[in-house]
Amino acid sequence: MSELRELYQEVILDHGKTPRNFGRPDGATSESIGHNPLCGDTVTVYLRLRGDIVEDVGFEGRGCAISIASASMMTELLKGKRLKEVEAMFERFHQLVTDDKAAGNDDFDDEDFDKLMVLAGVREYPMRVKCATLPWHTMNAAVLGSAREVTTE
Amino acid sequence: MQGPAAISQSSPRNIACRRADFPILAERVYDKPIVFLDSAASAQKPQCVIDAVNHCYSQEYANIHRGVYWLSARATEAYEKARAKVQRFINAASEREVVFTKSATEAINLVASSYGESHLSAGDEVILSELEHHANIVPWQFLRDRIGIKIKVVPVDDRGNFLLDEYEKLISSRTQFVALTHTSNALGTVTPAEEIVRLAHAHGAHVLLDGAQSIVHSSVDVQALDVDFYTFSGHKLYGPSGIGVLYGKADILSSMPPYQGGGDMIRQVTFEKSEFADIPGRFEAGTPHIAGAYGLSAAIDYLTEIGMEEVAAHEEELLSYAIARLKEINSLRFIGMADHKAGIVSFELDGVHPHDVGTILDREGVAVRVGHHCAQPLMDRFGITGTVRASFGLYNDKSDVDALAVALGTVQEIFG
Repeated sequence: MSELRELYQEVILDHGKTPRNFGRPDGATSESIGHNPLCGDTVTVYLRLRGDIVEDVGFEGRGCAISIASASMMTELLKGKRLKEVEAMFERFHQLVTDDKAAGNDDFDDEDFDKLMVLAGVREYPMRVKCATLPWHTMNAAVLGSAREVTTE
Repeated sequence: MQGPAAISQSSPRNIACRRADFPILAERVYDKPIVFLDSAASAQKPQCVIDAVNHCYSQEYANIHRGVYWLSARATEAYEKARAKVQRFINAASEREVVFTKSATEAINLVASSYGESHLSAGDEVILSELEHHANIVPWQFLRDRIGIKIKVVPVDDRGNFLLDEYEKLISSRTQFVALTHTSNALGTVTPAEEIVRLAHAHGAHVLLDGAQSIVHSSVDVQALDVDFYTFSGHKLYGPSGIGVLYGKADILSSMPPYQGGGDMIRQVTFEKSEFADIPGRFEAGTPHIAGAYGLSAAIDYLTEIGMEEVAAHEEELLSYAIARLKEINSLRFIGMADHKAGIVSFELDGVHPHDVGTILDREGVAVRVGHHCAQPLMDRFGITGTVRASFGLYNDKSDVDALAVALGTVQEIFG
């Protein structure tokens, strides 16, 4: 039970139930759809870019508490960031949820990024890591504009 | 195939103690006993099946149908005995009507490909239903894209019942083939197979029943059903994975071209042409899953010893207990409560995604399947992306259902 609380922290449950930035922002300039064939869930991530700044970001879709919370928290974090920072965060997030060593890593001192630490619990649940990373991969595809659709597979 | 594949001597009347026949269930996960409720995906293996596979590899293994030496003769004999055992288990008229494949999926692909391309043509209608597993949808879409057949789909009602009257409306002189599940893997709905076959034959159409689930839940008599093709896999039948069965009526199988080319399916090969073997060898190109046949044979012995009526009664008892027990959970909604159901319950918890339920149950030692169960069109029909599915096997008893109910309480506690 306590292990489960590590995964399903209040913050995650809250974002899962009442996701922030849900919907398509006005004047979105790029979007991408992410699929998780394992569960059939999809997420669409929208970005409004001005130059290299993420002016607005939103998402739509349905999914588990982990994926919705991850998408919701991601959108909060990315608003106003430069694409270079976004790219660095994407890499760091991936490391956070997949790499055991990342837990005590001093590099993770960014106050904004610290909020994502609550998602580090998925490391213990290999089958669920993709739930947390799908919104980020989808966002990345929208930034790159290279793929309209991505999948976890 | 005697030897170590002995059947346990526990009383067939006392199925609950069958758990002891399955060594994996003595293992612990997260330091908890395993509550295995995912037999519909793949069943665990009794010791006798494990022993039979082991016996093959450690005492009798060699390639079959080729060697003139003792080991090959032994393995060939055992492989063909397994075929005869399958024939008796499903009451096929002849051993020639039993084709070994690698899975139920391959068996359906074989029919869609070989029968489909030789017997069907553009504009012919093939009837499927909303209950189908992807394995009985995608091969027919391949065929549609290759030769231009039309796919018609029988709907289900809100309880997941196969709508026989809708089927009757769809079927016509254009219907050339009917491919339907015998038991839905996602909801447990048992379809009215006799009526389905009778109506199809009345319109001159052949019928394939996907028996992957039903073969485990009750006795199947292909002659009584008068079905033209019947498919199932070994691994859901407490046997090994990697071996499946295609039953086909001899005259129909004989009219079909080979599915794959290779060794063991020919009579004579020159660079100009090849002559193909008679059935069933014609459809068994390449070295098959020899040890799998040993294991499947042992699994059939095991089930025959218990008796399929006992197996069905045990599941029915667990199913009604599970439905009664889970009904007590207010936020739980059953998906698929057909009038005739096998030992499968599908449900969702209000406001909690099936994957979150699955993860929490797992930590409580309860293994269930969550998601779309390879039946996405059926999920679409119910306007959901997935369900939580608990399915019952020989080793389950009421305490497993209780453990599930308690673990669902933990889910509610976490999600408030």
